Amino acid sequence: MVIASAFSPALPLAPALPGLGGANFLAVVSPGLDLESSFSSLLEGLGLTPAAAHLVWLPLPMVLVLVSAVVGVLVTVWLERKISAAVQQRIGPEYAGALGVLQPLADGLKLLFKEDIIPARADGLLFTLGPILVVVPVILSWLVVPFGQNLLISNVGVGIFLWIALSSLQPIGLLMSGYASNNKYSLLGGLRAAAQSISYEIPLALSVLAVVMMSNSLSTVDIVNQQTGAGILSWNIWRQPVGFVIFWICALAECERLPFDLPEAEEELVAGYQTEYAGMKFALFYLGSYINLVLSALLVSVLYLGGWGFPVPVEWLAGALGQSVDAPVVQVITGSLGIVMTVLKAYLLVFFAILLRWTVPRVRIDQLLNLGWKFLLPIALVNLLATAALKLAFPAAFGG
Amino acid sequence: MSIADSTQFLCFLALSAAVLLGALGVVLLPNIVYSAFLLGGVFLAVAGLYLLLNASFVAAAQMMIYVGAVNVLILFAIMLVNKKETLAAIPGLGVRRILSGAVCAGLLGLLLRVDFTTPWALPGPVSIGEGATIRIGEHLFSDYLLPFELASVLLLMAMIGAIVLARRDVFSSDVITGEGVDQGLIEKARTPLLLEKNLQIQPVLEKTP
Repeated sequence: MVIASAFSPALPLAPALPGLGGANFLAVVSPGLDLESSFSSLLEGLGLTPAAAHLVWLPLPMVLVLVSAVVGVLVTVWLERKISAAVQQRIGPEYAGALGVLQPLADGLKLLFKEDIIPARADGLLFTLGPILVVVPVILSWLVVPFGQNLLISNVGVGIFLWIALSSLQPIGLLMSGYASNNKYSLLGGLRAAAQSISYEIPLALSVLAVVMMSNSLSTVDIVNQQTGAGILSWNIWRQPVGFVIFWICALAECERLPFDLPEAEEELVAGYQTEYAGMKFALFYLGSYINLVLSALLVSVLYLGGWGFPVPVEWLAGALGQSVDAPVVQVITGSLGIVMTVLKAYLLVFFAILLRWTVPRVRIDQLLNLGWKFLLPIALVNLLATAALKLAFPAAFGG
Repeated sequence: MSIADSTQFLCFLALSAAVLLGALGVVLLPNIVYSAFLLGGVFLAVAGLYLLLNASFVAAAQMMIYVGAVNVLILFAIMLVNKKETLAAIPGLGVRRILSGAVCAGLLGLLLRVDFTTPWALPGPVSIGEGATIRIGEHLFSDYLLPFELASVLLLMAMIGAIVLARRDVFSSDVITGEGVDQGLIEKARTPLLLEKNLQIQPVLEKTP
């Protein structure tokens, strides 16, 4: 327990580093932290046309986010191993690097070099396509995760709705791999995964809708901006406590984390839809589930915990120190603080998810469906109604 | 042609090819599971076309409802019906195929004729892009309120119908066959299976020395 508690607070900084490094050297140029224009002007200074500069810029944020997602997974895997060890009073990995930090890399390398097996009676095409279809929507969803005012790949207007739509694609991949494996456990696992994903998507979407109603926008940036102003007091969690709990439960169910990991319940289904998979194809499932976990935690922090906001408004801090908020140095510090805060909040939630996984037992499939349809769905509806009523009654406090 | 235009054109070509080939695959493939997965692909490609038209909200809704709900339910139905059945050869299959092919070709001809004879206003109205979400909401709650409410009533009716069919204990006789409902099959507190087995095994154990 000591190891975990001593290192988990410090750790969340690690995945922020690639994002930080990429953002920082560019952020100095522009006070509005508009990295694209500063990068383009830098390249145009080197003699490139604006169109070419734009083309060079386009892949950069995507690669950056992809790298930070994968690094986030490595950190989460390490955390999972260390925290589970602490919960069970073991030491956990300790030989691969200091405190076993290289263990996830070793895991990844092992999976990379394993033989890629396609069972003889399986459907080869669908078997290969399944894991890809599981991972791609999850990675695409990182499109809308903001780390700062301008620090996201694309501030699309439909923002959070895009994430809900993309996450509804995942069951197709799960069903596909479950079917293609030609194994009854795989098929059952795939069906369970799809059933679980469909049932928990509805309360999830309803709780998101309550937040959207308060911020009058689907865009993640607007949702965070609506929570700034009074620091920690203006975060949505105080206005949407029920929605927060519903969202977190549903997010765990969507990620197939314990207590909702029925699709891969070892005691019942061997490993569910993953049974026949080995090597890199299995690694894709593994990667997808952890990226999804980090993504869900990030979105909880965006929707309910103020996103990149600091508990005390940065404007007050800058004012107290006698600095202008628009000064370049203050901008850089604010931007890095935003990234650190987003990741810190997300990893706090990841810590809770891991702790939950190693302390609570798994629910039965009927309990899972009852919880989703008979408990969470009505409560989410009531929450939505209550939010609408409060918005009409107190427009000032509930974003009228 | 600028980079943006050519990219858009290439995307349009790829998406249209995906829609056409996928739709043909849905109809022509003998394996029904492949057809269902391809249907999901076609829906996704149509969502891509919406995205090309700057209608991102419609694209996301298409993805969520058609791929995430409708197609998943179709796949569910296919995979839950675990029935090995040798299909008897249908008499006159060739004639049936030719007839249905002719009907489809006629429909295609009709659509093509409409397509070529209608004076399309080109270029069409300017898309409102991100403002579409608000516009759709306004329409749904003003001039399209009645269809919107009727659709929800329709869904409610379908849901109640499904519940009634699934819970046959509300009737004394079966809705479909007209036979009396076997009350033993309906939700009933029963002893756990393992417990019953133990009770049966116990006397045997006592007899063994």
